This record gives sequence, structure tokens and C-alpha cells, in this order.
Amino acid sequence: MSNLLSINDLTLDQALGILRTAAELEKLTEGGAKKLPTLRGFTIVNLFYEDSTRTRISFESAAKRLSADVINFSAKGSSVSKGESLKDTAQTLQAMGADAVIIRHGSSGAAARLASSGWIKASVINAGDGTHEHPTQALLDAFTIAKRFNLLNNEGQIFVGLKVAIVGDILHSRVARSNALLLTKLGAEVTMIAPPTLMPVGVAAWGVSSDYSLDNRLAEYDVVMMLRIQSERMTDSYFPTEREYARRYGLNSERLGKMKESAILLHPGPMNRGLEISAESADAENSMVLEQVSNGVLVRMAVLYTLLGGPTMVDEVVKA
Amino acid sequence: MKSIVISDVKLSDGSSVSIGMRDGVITEIGAQISSDYDETILGTGLTALPGFVDLHTHLREPGKEDAETVLTGSQSAVAGGFTAVSAMANTNPVADTAGVVEQVFRLGKEAGLCEVFPIGAVSKGLMGEQLAELGAMATSAAAVRIFSDDGKCISDPLLMRRALEYVKSFNGLIAQHAQDPRLTVNAQMNEGEISSTLGLAGWPAVAEESIIARDILLADHVQSRLHICHVSTAGSVEIIRWAKSRGISVTAEVTPHHLLLTEDLITGYDPIYKVNPPLRSQRDVEALRTGLADGTIDIVATDHAPHPREDKDCEWAAAAFGMTGLETAFSVVFTAMVKSGLMSMERLVEVMSTAPARIAGYIGQGSLAIGSPAHITLVDLASDYPVNARSHLSKSSNSPFNGLVLSGRVRDTLFHGVAVLRNGTLTGERFA
Repeated sequence: MSNLLSINDLTLDQALGILRTAAELEKLTEGGAKKLPTLRGFTIVNLFYEDSTRTRISFESAAKRLSADVINFSAKGSSVSKGESLKDTAQTLQAMGADAVIIRHGSSGAAARLASSGWIKASVINAGDGTHEHPTQALLDAFTIAKRFNLLNNEGQIFVGLKVAIVGDILHSRVARSNALLLTKLGAEVTMIAPPTLMPVGVAAWGVSSDYSLDNRLAEYDVVMMLRIQSERMTDSYFPTEREYARRYGLNSERLGKMKESAILLHPGPMNRGLEISAESADAENSMVLEQVSNGVLVRMAVLYTLLGGPTMVDEVVKA
Repeated sequence: MKSIVISDVKLSDGSSVSIGMRDGVITEIGAQISSDYDETILGTGLTALPGFVDLHTHLREPGKEDAETVLTGSQSAVAGGFTAVSAMANTNPVADTAGVVEQVFRLGKEAGLCEVFPIGAVSKGLMGEQLAELGAMATSAAAVRIFSDDGKCISDPLLMRRALEYVKSFNGLIAQHAQDPRLTVNAQMNEGEISSTLGLAGWPAVAEESIIARDILLADHVQSRLHICHVSTAGSVEIIRWAKSRGISVTAEVTPHHLLLTEDLITGYDPIYKVNPPLRSQRDVEALRTGLADGTIDIVATDHAPHPREDKDCEWAAAAFGMTGLETAFSVVFTAMVKSGLMSMERLVEVMSTAPARIAGYIGQGSLAIGSPAHITLVDLASDYPVNARSHLSKSSNSPFNGLVLSGRVRDTLFHGVAVLRNGTLTGERFA
């Protein structure tokens, strides 16, 4: 495995391998090893065509904790704003010796094009491509769920029996797509919840069920993942008003109270407090939003490890 | 001018004949014909068809000469066995005045390889707001009969109605690019399971079908002729079938790529498969094939859309829509429709030559009758070959068929009795 473009690139074992590596890395860091020498001398480029402070910082932090050199390339104010093509930008980075390119791009499939068109040899990691996928977000969500429910030491499909709801703008969400693929791969029963206007055509092909109502089976879910609603969806008539959306699909305190006691609440951030999630819910005890952020760094370390170092290096570091 | 005989050649019905031509006109066809010709083309093993006629070709000149010119497009056309092409209006400047269509027409004459009939824009600047000078283009030296805003849909029903009415005075034809713009905002590929999985904005079939239904009703209401460009969905075929059963004057075309390729090819995000209208599902492909075989769809048109390399060597959303098609059209139609047993060679001649010539009123095209201009294509039906886009004569190589093995190959093309293509190679001769 040299690229991570889609959750479909991962077998069940590879996905579990990344989650377990993240757990090992967590033990090492908790044991006081703030920085590991694993990727010393490697150059990792953050190639970000969209603004995304948290994902970029998360990858940067992950790479630095593994002692890699990190170059941040943001499209704004760069050669890209002068009309440079993705191909030329990528080849420039290659010529500077990049070992891995972490790409965030507004066009679905941009990461796949970068990896498969023969433009560059570096490993490509998809940090979000258009409305397609965001595989490391799904991995960090799965890691968060696995830790919380203590499932990491199970074998095979570790999420069998777990019910997950993903709520919001499924149509435009790369987080929803990657999570649908990964969580079902791990054995979870996933339900997509959205107004019909934001539910993709043929969503059943993802191996998930769908529901237009958040209240229908709210008490059954072990995990409720709320997605961010972009304000431009309202002007495009996907729903009438923010207030109506919040009323029908927002996780307010009343709905929070109807959830299973053991259930947890996820949100990939940044949150719109008062829209898809109320302040009470966002700050509730079972809200895992900040854990997601710290787990994000660990999972991205594990991904970089796996892609650039390979399993043997992981073993060595873990033994050391 | 040399007199030529094509000896021992088959016709589309399988009979063996020789075809003689003098001064660019077919003078004899039969098993036994006179022998005093200047030159003999040995037709053994080949089939003679009337030269193909394309009603939908993007030649890109003026404005995009890095993608194609009238000359390179004509070369590409005769390499594909075409003796007439119709240059779409979406050039820069737009072909919305007599001046531009006459320029394209003249460039076609200068190339001298096939007939180049300019298509005029329906609306000024393809803006869909105001009629272009349709009458001036019709009476110009180019004698434009087909008008189209292709690439853009005439979505305003009132403008469409007026256009359909206006062209009746000079027997013009409106060719509609059926795509509701509001239902396809930023659309990238056929809407369905695959677009959902790939996260590419969907292009629903209804965006095409609703415009076709509306225009059929309008054409019926004002008693005018309507031509539907590049039909791509099963639902469109159904609607056109209904219209024809009611006697409404509508004709329709399908592209070779919509007869062979499906949306499944897009999973790798290679923009070589990015085209407007988009590649659809297998079910749609089957409905299009049935519709072409049973006469619901009248003709094949290439929608040859050349693009320079950089416009396809990029991420999906940044890439241009379109595929080249002139040099693969015959092989694709033969492979998908005739070799598969869905239709006869006679029907292939009808959909690629006779019917388009009749619909557009291209006199002298689409016929092997004695007295017709000798526009003849010789094809080898026994040839299976891998497509090599780099060897194409088009200036661009954005062919989705590259590497695919197709059956049936164009060998020779005669235009006004001049052998412009022999054994798949340009001879350098032209008709002056």
C-alpha cells in the first residue's frame, strides 16, 4: 500500500492495522515519547487547495511527531492562483523531493488523479477531495468509537452489533462517504439520516440504510455523528430555513436526552452551534469532539507510518 | 479529371459489383461494366458505401485552432470515411452571422477533402436570449439549413418556439442540445449510484428528457421540424418513439460513444470519459441501440469534440467535456450494432449516410446512384484492430476508444471521384 485515496483501498486487516498502530503510538506518547525518529529525513508536503486549518495542522503535527520535514503549500497566494495546473504543481513538489503528498482539493477524484496519472512517484494521501472521500477522518472516527467501546482488541469485524447514525448533509459530505465505507467494513450497522434533498441517489449501494427522520430510532443508536451544514445549502433550496433544519435535524438537548445512555456523539468539526448541534449537546459529557481531534493526530501518524515506513518499521519502533 | 473504376467490390447488401466514375460522378454500377478507365481501385475484400455524413462536428475554427482546424478536421473526417461534416456553431467568434459561416464554408472548400456545412447559432452569441440572424445565414454562400446552440440548451421555451417557427420560411431545422440548465448546475456525470459513490455532481436523465418532451410538443404546436442532438437516455428514446407514433416531425441522433461506453468507466476519474451529455448506464445503452435499430433514432452523429492535451491532463472537474469521434465512428457503430447482430449493413448506411443527408438536405450526399457525385467509402469488414488515438489525423487525441479493439475499418474515401484516402492514408489529392 503506497497511497490512501479511499477507504476502498483498505482491506479489513489493513484498516485494523492502522487503528492498532494508532493505539500503540498513543501508548508510546503517553509513555513520554513526544517525538519518534521514524520518518527522519522524509519530506512530507501538505498540498491544500481548500482552507482547512484543523486537518492541515493535524497532519503537520502527525508528521512532525514522526520527525519528518513538513512543507505546507496552500493554493492561496501561490503559483496556483497564477493558474498553475495540478500536474505542474505536483511535479514541482516531486522535483523538490517530496516523499508523500497530502492533498486537500475541491474536486472529487483529485487525489486519485494525482496518484494514478503517472505525474509523481510520491505517496498520495487524500485529505478530502471534493464531495468524494476523507479517509483519515473516517479512520479517526472509527478509532474514537473503538477506544470508547473498548473494541480494539477484538478480532475481525470489531463493530458488529454497533448501530451508527450519520446525520446531515450526506449528499455533499466526504466524511459521510468514507465513514459509510469504513464503519460497514468494520461490521457496524449504519443509518444515513437527512432530508430527502440531501440524501444521495442510490445510497443503499453503500451498504447502509437511510431514514428521513432523526427521531424515528434515536434511542437505538450507539453512535450519532452530526455533519456540518454549509450555509450555502439553504440558498440552494435544499431546505427552507436554518431554523427549520435545526428543528427537524438538529441535535438539541431534548434529542440528546432521548439517546441511549451509553451512546456517544461525534462531529468532524467545525461545528455550527445552534444549527446542526446545540451548545448543550456539543459540550455534553458523551460528546467526543475533542477526543476526535487528538485521535486525529494519532491516526494520521499511523497512516504516515504505514504508508512510508511499512509494518516492519512499526514493529521496531513499538519494540523500542 | 481521372476516370476511376472500383472493381470487384461488395455493396452493403452483399452483392459484388464494379463502380465506375467519370468527372467525379458515378456513371456505372454492375457486375459487368466497361473497362476504359484511367485508374482501377481493386475492391476485393472491401465493401463500398456512400460516404458518411456527420450532422454534428466540432471543427473549432475560428478560435480554438490548437484543438482542430477546418483542414485537420476534414482530414480526420475522410480518415473516418466521411464525405460531409457539419461544423457546429460554438466557435469564437460564434457562428451567428453570415460572415462567420461563410468563412468556415470557404475554409472547407479550400481544404477540398469533404463537404463542410456550417451550422448556424440559434441565438446571438449562444446566449439563449435573442435570435441570431438566421435568415442571413440561410441565404449566405454557406446556405445554412441547420441551426443549433449546441453545448448550450435553448432553455427559454419562448425563444425555442420562435426559432422553430422562424426557420419554416427557409425550411431550416433547429437542432436542440437538450439539457435543462437548472437541473444540471455544475453537473459532472450521470446521476446514479456511481455519481453518489464518486462524489461527482449528478446529471439526471430527466434534465434531458423534460426538454425533449417540451420541444416535441412545441414543434407539434407550431408545425415545424425538430432535431434532437445526441440522445443519451432510455427515457428520451421512449419520448421520441411516442412523438413519432403521433406523426410529429422529430428526428434524433445518437453518438457512437453513447452506443458503446457506460458510466462505469468513470470510476478512475479519467477525464477522457468526460462528455456532454454524460455516459449513461448499460440500460440506457441498450435502449439507444434498440432505438437506432428500430428507427426511433434516425442517425448516428459523432459530436466529434477535439480538445488539446492539457484540457484532459488534469483533475476531473477542471477538464473539458468532449471526445473525438470522426475516425472511430464507423468501427464503433459496426462493432456495437452490426457485428452484434442488432442491425444490417443496409441500416448502417441509412443511419450514417442516407438519413443524415436527407434530414439536412445535403444534395448529392448519401447516395451511390448513377449520376450522383462519387462520394464513396470503402471499408474492410473483416478487420479487427486496436484503436491508436495518436495515429489519428485529428489535431487532438482525446479518444475514449484508444486501446480498444474494434471491428470494421475504413480503407479508402473518394470525394467527387477524387481518392483523398487510400489504404487508410491521405493521398494528398483534393477536389478543387
